[in-house]
Amino acid sequence: MTRQTRERMIEALLFASAVTAVVIVLLIMVFLFKEGAPFLIRYGIHTFCLGMEWNPIAMDGEPSYGIFPMIVGSVYIAAGSLVLAVPLGLGCAVFLVEIAPPWAQALIRRGIELLVGIPSVVLGFFGLVLLVPLIRESAGGFGFSILAGSVILAIMALPHIISISADAITAVPETYKQASLALGATRWHTIRNVILPAARSGIAAAVILGMGNSIGETMAVLMVTGNTPILPEPLYDVLDPVRTLTANIVIEMNYAAPGDHREALFATGIVLFVMVAILNAISHRVLKSRMEAGR
Amino acid sequence: MGTEDIEIESRNLNLWYGSAQALKDVSIPIEKNRVTALIGPSGCGKSTFIRCINRMNDLIKGCRITGKVLFEGRDVYEKDVDVVVLRKRIGMVFQKPNPFPMSIYDNIAYGPRIHGTQAKRELDEVVEDSLKAAALWDEVGGILDKPALDLSGGQQQRLCIARTLAVKPDVILFDEPCSALDPISTARIEDLINVLKHDYTIIIVTHNMQQAARVSDHTAFFLLGEMIEFGETKQIFERPVEKSTENYITGRFG
Repeated sequence: MTRQTRERMIEALLFASAVTAVVIVLLIMVFLFKEGAPFLIRYGIHTFCLGMEWNPIAMDGEPSYGIFPMIVGSVYIAAGSLVLAVPLGLGCAVFLVEIAPPWAQALIRRGIELLVGIPSVVLGFFGLVLLVPLIRESAGGFGFSILAGSVILAIMALPHIISISADAITAVPETYKQASLALGATRWHTIRNVILPAARSGIAAAVILGMGNSIGETMAVLMVTGNTPILPEPLYDVLDPVRTLTANIVIEMNYAAPGDHREALFATGIVLFVMVAILNAISHRVLKSRMEAGR
Repeated sequence: MGTEDIEIESRNLNLWYGSAQALKDVSIPIEKNRVTALIGPSGCGKSTFIRCINRMNDLIKGCRITGKVLFEGRDVYEKDVDVVVLRKRIGMVFQKPNPFPMSIYDNIAYGPRIHGTQAKRELDEVVEDSLKAAALWDEVGGILDKPALDLSGGQQQRLCIARTLAVKPDVILFDEPCSALDPISTARIEDLINVLKHDYTIIIVTHNMQQAARVSDHTAFFLLGEMIEFGETKQIFERPVEKSTENYITGRFG
């Protein structure tokens, strides 16, 4: 085999592996839409997404497939997790990059890596046996709640938010910091007024990406949120149980009869897919605008 | 020069980065309202030296200092010296223009805001005065809300000078302020330094010997961490005492 043909073969091989990844994504999309889209059109996107009642196995009358409470549940829990994880993660990232001595940096980075490695079902189990009773006893309600879901998701989102924001903070030119300190600013003032604003688009991207991940998370959330497909009442009650879009699919997939019910679950998948895709697109847009602004 | 005119004085200053000694026993008196130039080949310790004066070396891990840097008779390395006040009084302009990614106005107002000026009218005044003093007002007076990073390199550097002036320092340290600029921008900065020396004590590190000769009253020549020779600029350039100074000035190395 000549060197040239070998080179060609390697290129072809690499091309094939790249194409495979894309093809898999496309196939999943095609399948998802093939299974779910007809139902979505038949039942009406509007009635499906904004319908208040999810009752696929109606004892009497027509079954109803409204996923609005679950969209609210997913967004609610994801947003709640960010409210908890962003301040904590950002604080940790600032400490990590700007303040921590080398030994503490090493320790924190190890800790973050470990946190990423914990399977979500283990976290969910931890939430089930520790967090849910804790909330039930200290705050009331069932314990299975938006709050429990948000806390568990926050723990899962934390390492990603820390590492992406830490990268963004590290990328701020050292010269900004020096200029600020040379003007007599304290370290904290420099962090707050120069470093964080300069890193803000990177941090925003981290937050949006974190939101996308949180919306897509299933197992851990399923175990602690109670899974009732009803809007919280009143709407701001974070101690109420909710069901997320992801949980909806997992819970009902094994007994959904072929036909409307099964297809409705695929349609749920489509809605989820679109939501995550939009969040990812926004996050990419934000990152791109940072590169353009960073002359 | 009379001792009452000495604003800054280093005495037997030694500095190590880890185990590498970057300054060896450097003693220089810096006169008030004069321009003192530090010249010498790359890596000779001149930038390190001026960073001792406003304690920017504090940021570097493993940096160790012995000896004294007196500012108005007081050692800046004494325990109870407030670094914030020190850096307010001893400003610094860096090698590469480093405006913040904010508007021109906010860049200048940054320092005064840190030090407690909040009133809009007062800030407006400081911004205008500083930009005028840095000979930039005519060019940017009408576009104060534009991003500072849109300015040209030379304008950015004058903006950095204005930003330093805005906190009303007594001393300005220039760390090779023109090394990233074209000849016309360089000339403007030099003119500016000649004006500023009436009100400020200036120390300038430069690679450019013509620049040192043009703008400074005193010159110190550094080599391998040692201060080889210090004197009136005219004397250093016309009748250097040390052989190595003469070699450097006549371009035999560096």
